Amino acid sequence: MSAPFIRIENLRKVFQVAGRELVAVQDVTIDVNEGELVSIVGPSGCGKSTILSILSGLLQADGGTVQIGNQQIPFTPGRDIGMVFQKALLLKWRTILDNVMLPAEILGLPQRETRERARDLLQMVGLGDFTDAYPQQLSGGMQQRASIARALVHDPKLILMDEPFGALDALTREKMNLELLRIWRESRKTILFVTHGIQEAVFLGSQVAVMTAGPARMADHFRIDLPEPRTLDIKTTEEFGQYARRIYGLLGLS
Amino acid sequence: MSRYRSYLYAILAHVGFVLVWHFAVVWSGVPKFIMPTPLEALRELFEPHYNWGNHIWVTTIEVFGGFTLAAVVGVAMAVLFVWLPGANAALMPLLVTLNMIPKVAMAPLFVIWLGFGIVPNMVIAFTICFFPIVLTTYRGLMEVEPELINLVKSVRANRWQIFAKIQLPGSLPYLFSGMKVAAVLAVAGAIVGEFIASDRGLGNFLLIQQNMLNTGAMVMALILITLIGTALYALVLALEWFFVTRKEVTK
Repeated sequence: MSAPFIRIENLRKVFQVAGRELVAVQDVTIDVNEGELVSIVGPSGCGKSTILSILSGLLQADGGTVQIGNQQIPFTPGRDIGMVFQKALLLKWRTILDNVMLPAEILGLPQRETRERARDLLQMVGLGDFTDAYPQQLSGGMQQRASIARALVHDPKLILMDEPFGALDALTREKMNLELLRIWRESRKTILFVTHGIQEAVFLGSQVAVMTAGPARMADHFRIDLPEPRTLDIKTTEEFGQYARRIYGLLGLS
Repeated sequence: MSRYRSYLYAILAHVGFVLVWHFAVVWSGVPKFIMPTPLEALRELFEPHYNWGNHIWVTTIEVFGGFTLAAVVGVAMAVLFVWLPGANAALMPLLVTLNMIPKVAMAPLFVIWLGFGIVPNMVIAFTICFFPIVLTTYRGLMEVEPELINLVKSVRANRWQIFAKIQLPGSLPYLFSGMKVAAVLAVAGAIVGEFIASDRGLGNFLLIQQNMLNTGAMVMALILITLIGTALYALVLALEWFFVTRKEVTK
């Protein structure tokens, strides 16, 4: 078997807060294969977002190793990352198409081809008719679809999602979960998905990393062996419940 | 309320104001040298020896010139403050202090430094309306979602790209709100300047007519000053519509 796409070992990050050391994250060890969707679940303040910041190159780790890419799939830092946040963060003076183009513009990719690609991506996320609309004209869920298209426009190898559906209402969120699985299957991207929704983590992840706060560390990680492609039906199965219970247990909630 | 209905209401209010003015003067029997009716004021416009054209031109140059100068210098300074935090730390408090000086009281000094005429009045208009532009533009440039910065930094956006693609366009609504305040101040600055440091312009004309108790011409000058200010304000609104409002249509 080939080497994993991402290999994180004993990752540790410490912040200096008012002259004292605050451990933001420690003991994180996980391997992620190419094309996998891995959920990272845990309460606020457990360092989930810190892991994403380190992977995206915005923060330096203080200990442990992070290795992204392998011989088959090289990874270029500053090029192969797409990000999605809880807020859609669309520029309100740009049309949806131009918003999706932003990372491509920054990277200086050829205009014409990337515009075509941006259109295709908007089609894929179900916004084909809204390319020329402005963000304020779209609902929260639609804005988040646009921000997913933006994360894909420069064809990065790794997508980092930081609670992307956290601000959506429950029904839209369920719908977006299904959409994300479809987009993931179609684009074959490696996705790290941070959430504090336990159901969401189990439903989406082929692997789940469970983080605890105080101390901020990774409690466990395990594979989710549920039938693919996943449908909402599986949420009512016994296996799904067992995975969820296991996470509740790790988080000290059961 | 529909857009056309709200336009209609706005026009009706203006017309109503002029009518109230007219009938208040007529019915109260106030003499013309205390308060003329709108029509009596308007009639002064057709007195050729008042040389209205020249006065209008001078005041317009001062107002628009001072305002444009303030917009250019104000935005440049705000950009400088964003790019050099040290400059911001040192100069922003100094600007706040200097802004406390009543600019009107500086006018006699400007006469000594710059003499009589258009330039000192333009400078007074500039000094009075420059500060709000710096302040609002700086605020707008700093108002960026930190996560959005992280997002573009993950694809190695440089400082210039962040500025040109995110900060500058994002600051425009703030810039325009500062410019609206500044437009009003620029008119006040230019007129006060003309009171003190000019032999031309509508402000100067106003003072001369006061000596002759020519209230009709004074009111007409006031109307013209108001129209110049309104034209500047309308220009700012038009620019705001073009650069901001047009793109922020809601459902």
